Amino acid sequence: MTDTTLNHDINHDAHHDEHPRLLKNPLKWAARWVFTTNHKDIGTLYLWLALIMFFVGGAMAMIIRAELFQPGARIVDPELFNQMTTLHGLIMVFGVVMPAMTGLANWQIPMMIGAPDMALPRLNNWSFWILPFAFAILISTLFMSGPAPDFGWTFYAPLSTVYGPPSTDFMVVSIHLLGLSSILGAINIIATIINLRAPGMTWMRMPMFVWTWLITAFLLLAVMPVLAGCVTMVLADRHFGTSFFNPAGGGDPILFQHLFWFFGHPEVYILILPAFGVVSEVIPTFSRKRLFGYHFMVYATVAIAAVSFIVWAHHMFTTGMPIAGELFFMYLTMLVAVPTGVKVFNWVTTMFRGSITFETPMLFALGFLVMFTIGGFSGVMLSLAPADYQYQDTYFVVAHFHYVLVPGSIFGIMAAVYYWLPKWTGHMYNETLGKLHFWLSAIFLNVTFFPMHFLGLAGMPRRIPDYALQFADFNQIASIGAFIFGLSQIIFLVVIVRCILKGKPAGDKPWDGAEGLEWDLPSPPPYHTWMTPPSPALIIDREAEAG
Amino acid sequence: MSDHHTSSYYLPSPSHWPIVGSIALFSIMFGAINWLHGVPFGHYLFALGLAILFFMMFGWFSTVVKESGRGYYDNQVDRSFRWGMSWFIFSEVMFFSAFFGALFYARVWGVPWLAGEKGYDTNVYLIWQNFKDVWPVFHNPNPGLFVGPQSVMYTWGIPALNTLILLTSGVTITIAHWGLLKNNRKQLIIGMALTVALGILFLYCQAHEYMEAYMDKGLKLSSGIYGTTFFSLTGFHGLHVTIGTIMLIVILVRCCFGHFDKEHHFAFEAVSWYWHFVDVVWLLLFVFVYWL
Repeated sequence: MTDTTLNHDINHDAHHDEHPRLLKNPLKWAARWVFTTNHKDIGTLYLWLALIMFFVGGAMAMIIRAELFQPGARIVDPELFNQMTTLHGLIMVFGVVMPAMTGLANWQIPMMIGAPDMALPRLNNWSFWILPFAFAILISTLFMSGPAPDFGWTFYAPLSTVYGPPSTDFMVVSIHLLGLSSILGAINIIATIINLRAPGMTWMRMPMFVWTWLITAFLLLAVMPVLAGCVTMVLADRHFGTSFFNPAGGGDPILFQHLFWFFGHPEVYILILPAFGVVSEVIPTFSRKRLFGYHFMVYATVAIAAVSFIVWAHHMFTTGMPIAGELFFMYLTMLVAVPTGVKVFNWVTTMFRGSITFETPMLFALGFLVMFTIGGFSGVMLSLAPADYQYQDTYFVVAHFHYVLVPGSIFGIMAAVYYWLPKWTGHMYNETLGKLHFWLSAIFLNVTFFPMHFLGLAGMPRRIPDYALQFADFNQIASIGAFIFGLSQIIFLVVIVRCILKGKPAGDKPWDGAEGLEWDLPSPPPYHTWMTPPSPALIIDREAEAG
Repeated sequence: MSDHHTSSYYLPSPSHWPIVGSIALFSIMFGAINWLHGVPFGHYLFALGLAILFFMMFGWFSTVVKESGRGYYDNQVDRSFRWGMSWFIFSEVMFFSAFFGALFYARVWGVPWLAGEKGYDTNVYLIWQNFKDVWPVFHNPNPGLFVGPQSVMYTWGIPALNTLILLTSGVTITIAHWGLLKNNRKQLIIGMALTVALGILFLYCQAHEYMEAYMDKGLKLSSGIYGTTFFSLTGFHGLHVTIGTIMLIVILVRCCFGHFDKEHHFAFEAVSWYWHFVDVVWLLLFVFVYWL
């Protein structure tokens, strides 16, 4: 991660924060990043890891789309294609969205609640530094003899047990490590939010980003251990003669799906809830109004998280479960639309009669609002068990979850980066490039993913490198969209690097509508902030506002 | 040590222990899989990783003990530790619930469906028509691949004794805690020593039970879904008792060095919470694995 040297400038202006430079003193520079216990350093590490993995996972997506540009096995082996779909999914979920969100949490939560650092700073370092090792193991599977994991990121049994290549075992342990990292990170975030809030920062005065992360951390704690158990069973079935998922020994491959989706469904809320938090910070700032219905936003987040534990089998409608089960999971899944609708309503109402300006963070937040809602609607379609019999395993599903993940989670992350980058670096980013990045991303992700709805409804199966001729047109459109979307992300990298190096001074509060403790600090903030807790007068009194 | 006098909350200076821990975990995981694949360096790397992990834990915890002894930790830091340990135990509970979930699924749905009950005349049923829904499963659907056990553990033998042992250990650790609160060192040390002894006794009984299962009863990890759930649940529990016992030994040694007092003994309490947690897991195991 040589680029991290650029972050040196983050602390450059702060008087007592001289850090070693990469070129002058490479060893000391490395030691700073490897041994650091500072939440800002660790946040930076998480964000750089996520950005690098974004391009790695993105390159895999490009290979997938190149192969699907035309029918027939054209560019890559079907075997490699399967490895790409698997690793693209695993990397984007575990290597991009989760570390990016954790990076944002590290940077922002202590500054937003008036805490001097995370509650357990050494553990915080460990949570991050497990990740590069885990991804080294995961990516090394590509270079082993025999294929890398090639059964989709969901690694269903028996594809991963009886039929999985030897590299599956390496994937299993890398997931163990990723899970451990997430659990330790979640523990730290919970302890920080419960225990390190500044005097006067009551529960109902916490910024929405902090609330959504608190709830996300609980979801992580509840489901990552179940995933660990699930991959352990895969390993045991492969090597230790157990029959968890093997009916010959009285087990059941459907049990795998239950365990996986007990993790997997709350996991999608883990990926999206922090983005909800970001949007709840950004929209009020650029509407120059306080968030509408703060209390209901908190309750809705709790409700979404609670319901997320009892909807998992909507991923399994076609596995032949009893009709009572299908109905139970169908109705509860539809119920998720209620608190989610409350959130969308409140974001829109926040903008109502606001003095809105459209800086890049706001553009990403609005893109989120519109396109995440499209993904939400296709989610309601998928939740209908009888209809799902047609949609299951088609490109409609691919379209659905890419709409909630790309303009959902990823746009949330990008909105956050543009929103807080001036705070982190002390420089304004290039607004023109930022807007260009947004418009190219917003247009071409629709060009990429919207046709997939039609492909899916017409019956094109997912995860297959070849397809029938009648799907060719929409696939070509999708591939062209994907290539331009992919290339556009280079602008993001350029904006970030330029902003770290130079730019107009940001001032303490670059956004005139912004509220919150992080804007009472200098930009860039000194290495240690809120060593004395902020004055309670600085904390927004949302109770008074509600009345 | 960094001294940030403006805040009472202790912020540690940069530390090399986490990266040592990461290297250890990498070596353990990467070594274990290579070992499974028969790669020559696999078991060496695995063993090296374990050694590094123990070194890391010793070093990291020593640092914490030293800092605590110097009075760097105020009540707020203490609360952070407490929340951290509580939520860590919660994550452990969820780990076990995955395996309990597998057991309940197999007993309530998986096995009856395989036997074609509840209107499930599935293909599986047609392949293995002789399979019956009985728990414990003595005859697996495909007895050629998975040889079922001849018999299973008798509930009111060793398992009941083990229940008694663990419950008693829960009492002795509480007696030790009372000793600590009363500043009665003798009571503290005797209580802790008894707890350690009971932990070791439990593990001995468990090992004896496993021997009996493998040698006399043909109950193995590979004897179908019963053996799978039995050994995975009791095995992971046994692993946690082992870890807990090691933690208890560390605390006992620290008690002998006079490390704790009535106000400051978070480590003692954390280990006792952990011990109660393995105790509760055992009670569930006893009811759902051995008894019902």
